[in-house]
Amino acid sequence: MNDDSLEVRVLSATGVCGSGFKESSLEKSLDMKPHFIGCDCGSTDPGPAPLGTGKTAFPRQAIKRDLRLMLLAARRAKIPLLLGSAGTAGGRPHIAAFKEILLEIAAEEKLAFPLALIHSEQDKAYLKRRLREGHIKPLKPAPEFDEGVIDRAVRIVGMMGEEPFLHALKGGAEVVVAGRASDCAIFAGLPIQMGIPPGIAWHAAKILECGAAAAVSRSSPDCMFATLRNDHFDVETPNPEMRCSPQSIAAHSLYENSDPYRLVESSGVIDLTEARYEALDDRRVRVRGSRFEKAKTYTVKLEGAEQVGYQSIVIGSIRDPYIIRQLDSWVERLKQRIAARAAEVYSGGKAGEHVFNVRIYGKDGTMGPLEPVKEIRSHEVCLVMEVTAATQEIATTIVSMARHQALHLPIPEWGGLITGVACIYSPAYLERGPVYRFCVNHVVEPDDPCEMFPIEHINVG
Amino acid sequence: MNKLGEMARLIRSKNAGPFELTFDIMFEDKESFQRVFDSNALSQKVIADLYRVPIEDVKFFIVPAALAFKASIPRPRFQGDLLDSDGHGGQQYAPLLDIEIP
Repeated sequence: MNDDSLEVRVLSATGVCGSGFKESSLEKSLDMKPHFIGCDCGSTDPGPAPLGTGKTAFPRQAIKRDLRLMLLAARRAKIPLLLGSAGTAGGRPHIAAFKEILLEIAAEEKLAFPLALIHSEQDKAYLKRRLREGHIKPLKPAPEFDEGVIDRAVRIVGMMGEEPFLHALKGGAEVVVAGRASDCAIFAGLPIQMGIPPGIAWHAAKILECGAAAAVSRSSPDCMFATLRNDHFDVETPNPEMRCSPQSIAAHSLYENSDPYRLVESSGVIDLTEARYEALDDRRVRVRGSRFEKAKTYTVKLEGAEQVGYQSIVIGSIRDPYIIRQLDSWVERLKQRIAARAAEVYSGGKAGEHVFNVRIYGKDGTMGPLEPVKEIRSHEVCLVMEVTAATQEIATTIVSMARHQALHLPIPEWGGLITGVACIYSPAYLERGPVYRFCVNHVVEPDDPCEMFPIEHINVG
Repeated sequence: MNKLGEMARLIRSKNAGPFELTFDIMFEDKESFQRVFDSNALSQKVIADLYRVPIEDVKFFIVPAALAFKASIPRPRFQGDLLDSDGHGGQQYAPLLDIEIP
């Protein structure tokens, strides 16, 4: 199918909902008559906590500001609004938070629209069945994944492809709030359905999903606009103060990807080996040659969070050069004392089990064992003493003992009782609450791209 | 002799998902990119040695359209694990700055 007159225009409001964009950029984009507005709303960037706790990484008020402007723009232009990875992690509480905000805005602005919520939190019985059938496979590298992990996980979500979005639109939705979704799938599905070749649509989607990030120098988060045609797409920043160059657009395929030429999606691989970038003028770039290789087997990536315990920390610092020059052995002695002290206090019982970690900033706090600089070059170091245990109370108990032991840990240079750590706060400990880990890096092979993503239709207003 | 950090427009590291870490080394002009390319001072082996991973675990790419080199390795600790110290993987590139380019 070669329709040379076909043109699909796509607006990405920003790289992540809640990070902001200029209202003037959104207005300018609307003048360019987009066929739809999309916005990625999530990421694993903030770590496993949002998935574990059910909270959003960006503040509610910041999300509401962005959603209000996007929703008003989409309703005014009578075009679909597609939101993916709602609430950072796309679990049930994240979708519920987005729904609540959208209903609030609708009431405040007197808007009415058909809304679809696409759920992505996975049923544990379904995952166990797929695991037993051999239809859950590890990516590389992957943690151990078995039925025990599924049981222990607080929450596991599937990352949807473009099909559930299209299904929701077909069902009449004009605003779609999707759970965890491939960032690119938000933007690729509709253009392909409208006749744009998949290679062009997916590559444009890859640029769009990060908003203005692919601009030469992104001064602040903002909109990105693409015009897709039969054998190329053009990309530009609606904000006149920013611009795209062939190099900046080519370089964007590097960002946060392990392979800059082959980007894996549920339905296939975006192949950029033959992609060519040319300047249309000093602000706009034309891209050709991008391809899409359809997968033999459709896969849905899983993300899961498991609670590993509760954590309490003490932040302190050391200025004494005699302690600093023997810091490794000082930490070793501290660790031995804490292990012994926890065993005493908890009578050697299971309750005293914990992980005690000391991070030393000014030495190797950032890179750990990979730090090539071995000597301490600073006159002071910062210490973060961190205890993870089964309950908050135990974590705080043990880290408080660590504070006291560290304060007075003797060194041979000094005779008499020393106070060797400066503590910032009173109380010295900070309770960090529950802490989580990512517990799965696997894909499911479903029978149907939509079977893991039930859709709920709601008439708002 | 120049250090890579002095020649590049941008050297950065970042998570590529919670389980991989990726490095981008980007240049402003073709000459610098070509000089690094010709020197062979930046390679799969150099990354493997600096980050102490088996060479077969290092993905290494040359991206002429972006005047860039790129390498990806399994994350030394999975993102957010108890002993992880860099949630975004954003501060793991410093050892690359000192690579000597003849």
